[in-house]
Amino acid sequence: MTLRQQSSPHTRGARSTAHIMLWVIVATLPGLIVQTIFFGWGNLINVAWCIALAIGAEAAVLRLRQRPLKFYLSDNTAALTGLLLGLALPPFTPWWVSAVAVIAAIVMAKQLYGGLGSNPFNPAMVGYALVLISFPVAMTTNWAAPAGLFQGAPGFLETLGLIAAGKQTAIDAYTMATPLDVYKHDIGALVAEEVRQHPSFGTGVAKGWEWVNLGFLAGGLVLLYLKIITWHIPVSVLAALVVMSLAFGSNQDLYAPLSLHLLAGATILGAFFIATDPVSAATSHQGKLIYGAGIGLLLYVIRTWGSYPDAVAFAVLLMNFAVPFIDHYTPPRTYGHNKARRGIASKSAG
Amino acid sequence: MRKLWDFPGGIHPPQHKSQSNSQPIRFAGLPQKLILPLQQHIGSPAETRVAVGTTVLKGECLAAAIGTLGVPVHAPTSGKIEAISRQPVPHPSGMVDWCITLIPDGLDTWCERRAMPDYAHHPRPEVLARIRDAGVVGLGGAGFPIHIKLQPPERDKVETLILNGAECEPYITADDVLMRERATEVVEGLNIMAWLLEPAHCVIAVEDNKPEAIAALRAAAEDTLIEIVVIPTKYPSGGEKQLIQIVTGLEVPHGGIPADIGTMCQNVGTAVAVYRAIHHGEPLISRITSITGHAVTTPGNVEAYLGTPVADLLRQAGLQTDRLDRLILGGPMMGYTLQSADVPVIKTTNCVIAAARGELPEPPPEQPCIRCGACSEACPMELLPQQLFWYAKAEEFEKAEHQNLFDCIECGACSYVCPSSIPLVQYYRFAKGEIRAHNAEQLKSDRARERFEARQARLERERGEKEARREERARTAAEAQAKKAEQSGNSDGPALDDRAAKTAAVQAALARKEQKAQQPLTAAQSPDETTEPDIASLEKQLSQAQDKLATMVAMLEEAQTSGADNADKLERAVAKNTERVKRAEEALSAARNEAIQPETTPPSG
Repeated sequence: MTLRQQSSPHTRGARSTAHIMLWVIVATLPGLIVQTIFFGWGNLINVAWCIALAIGAEAAVLRLRQRPLKFYLSDNTAALTGLLLGLALPPFTPWWVSAVAVIAAIVMAKQLYGGLGSNPFNPAMVGYALVLISFPVAMTTNWAAPAGLFQGAPGFLETLGLIAAGKQTAIDAYTMATPLDVYKHDIGALVAEEVRQHPSFGTGVAKGWEWVNLGFLAGGLVLLYLKIITWHIPVSVLAALVVMSLAFGSNQDLYAPLSLHLLAGATILGAFFIATDPVSAATSHQGKLIYGAGIGLLLYVIRTWGSYPDAVAFAVLLMNFAVPFIDHYTPPRTYGHNKARRGIASKSAG
Repeated sequence: MRKLWDFPGGIHPPQHKSQSNSQPIRFAGLPQKLILPLQQHIGSPAETRVAVGTTVLKGECLAAAIGTLGVPVHAPTSGKIEAISRQPVPHPSGMVDWCITLIPDGLDTWCERRAMPDYAHHPRPEVLARIRDAGVVGLGGAGFPIHIKLQPPERDKVETLILNGAECEPYITADDVLMRERATEVVEGLNIMAWLLEPAHCVIAVEDNKPEAIAALRAAAEDTLIEIVVIPTKYPSGGEKQLIQIVTGLEVPHGGIPADIGTMCQNVGTAVAVYRAIHHGEPLISRITSITGHAVTTPGNVEAYLGTPVADLLRQAGLQTDRLDRLILGGPMMGYTLQSADVPVIKTTNCVIAAARGELPEPPPEQPCIRCGACSEACPMELLPQQLFWYAKAEEFEKAEHQNLFDCIECGACSYVCPSSIPLVQYYRFAKGEIRAHNAEQLKSDRARERFEARQARLERERGEKEARREERARTAAEAQAKKAEQSGNSDGPALDDRAAKTAAVQAALARKEQKAQQPLTAAQSPDETTEPDIASLEKQLSQAQDKLATMVAMLEEAQTSGADNADKLERAVAKNTERVKRAEEALSAARNEAIQPETTPPSG
């Protein structure tokens, strides 16, 4: 009789990394559905294309690195990266722009650093930032106009055709600048009321966008409820954005209003799904609060005084840089200690 | 109603307690033999007081306490000592250790018991000594000698005495059934401890998943000042530090003991052992152990004599060997796997889980850490397990230590929740072991360096002293020389400078050396030699030279007969030795003459 030998504990909870990633994927669905309802098939096609490419790229690199494919691919993380890019890219993004983003995300930002768990930067945001800088035209002109605004929004095959054609700019009739973009550029010459006449705003905050953001918010709350994420990062991102907006942008005739900041861009997707990527985020509760607040602050600064209308990718990446530093100075106070041991281990012997 | 606090983190693993707590405590009976390890506690092993073949009575001391932390080991029943040998003992490494093997005679005859029901009229040290002599240690798991714990440092006044009946680990129900069936003994034991410590509050803390135990304790503690505190079920509420936090809201300081903040935790089983030792004069010879798991048909709790082989208890519980996958001693969170069931029940054995295949499945392969933070959410000590893991894995032990690695209580909550199924606790044990080994190594090399430096200093000092002595000698010699010169009138004056003294000393030394060098040759030919030629040594020299010559002659003859090349060489050697023998003979005879002369003609003075 040989008895199995094992170090304690001898039992473990049911949750696995693959399950967590799957839940995050599921939680994006409300947002994706609303996106499709308001902005057509573009995002859905992007999502499918990016996921397929992400898994393919991951498999290729795993093969080069001589790692077991099934074991690593079944953790669902490559699919999640692809999904996030598909959600974030403009609906009519040409296929090759998405491909560049996905390959940069999976190959460079994730696998070249050692694969899952070893990447200092959020892979999806590395891919996004790369194409945003490299292909500014494709990344700004391919946003879909909210459906219903123009009768006869493109159908599935037509959208697929547009994406597959690979042209930098899709047909004008289908596209429209994002509300944040419009507001940013028009508010210099117009007053708030005039700016809001633009068709991208509609009667609410920003036609379609507000519902997409609420859809992501619903998914984010599910993640909170399932304790897959903690409240610290989303709350601090949003709180910093609110504080900045109230402090500097209360005049709507000069700056985009708070409602637009919260519900018109990728803010909610960023706060609940992107900034919360645990691998590249800060570790402790206190660290998460600082990290999130930094993202919210940078988000506002870049949107308001920078040249990009939305800035989730840059804000997240800049704070990714700061994570090791934040982690050094924000460990929790351990039981029985008077205060937390901050900083790095002193070199003194003994 | 006492205000309760929460502790951070914690988990809610499946309980699996109903398997074993539905039956009353069963007596396990007398096994064929009892194996009693000499070390069943923290502290030095006990020292054997019986010889093989001795007949002992139940309760008799078999091995005596050694050192402050020591406790004795007693005979659980009457019988004969069969062996004192090294046998497998319950230990994660499956090691062997010294054990006394007792063959029961079946009579179960008690030795004389000295009860002390009037303990309150005795001095406290006497009661504490009685508890120690009964071999009572903490039965909750660590096996810390209770008489030490019950004597906290002078400066620490225990305000709150907590009896730990939380039993937060899944599967284990030994304390649960003990509290149900022996609540009065628990309360009586607590009373004794309370009398010793005089705390302001006495608390028995029980998780709310044990309603029967709570009811029994409430009934037993009626009309006393003891508070029965019902705490929420959450692992690891039964950890000493966590329980103190739940009950008092205080934290045991890092590196301190509970008494430092006026608290003390004792296990409920320990209280019963103290009660039996004082009220009945019975040493600790048995304990209640849960025998559970899907590989036994009748799980339950047994009262087993210490030393009963685990295999016997499993057999009684209907072990199905073909279903057995692993044996765990203790709970599934902190227990360890056994390599075989041939180890005895000891004072700290609270549970044996005979897990069937699939019951506690092997964890899936370890995946990369995604820093999801589930571990730090679960950590009751508020550590950052994910950071500790990185540091342990990268062998950056300094950083791990800086992040309070040694505050980890190894409760396993982090490993339990880890979605990547990383055996975190194992990494921490590894890191702790490496750091301890490194520190021991450091200490050793520090000591070696100190020793080396001390030796260097000593040699330096000795050299200095030697130098000083030499100078002293030289000065004396110079003075003597100067004196001599003065006396003979050759000297330029009485005041010889240092340099002259030195030169004289050097010359004297050289002369001595020369004489010494010539001595072997001239000894016999110089009758004015100051030292008397030693006849005995000369005789020895002669006989040695003769022996050598004889050997050489023999060798030469052999070489000549066999026509070897070295014959002429040997011939020369023989000639040389012959010469030497002759010289030695001359020297000896001269010395003998010399030796006779002084006797006959006294030296003219």
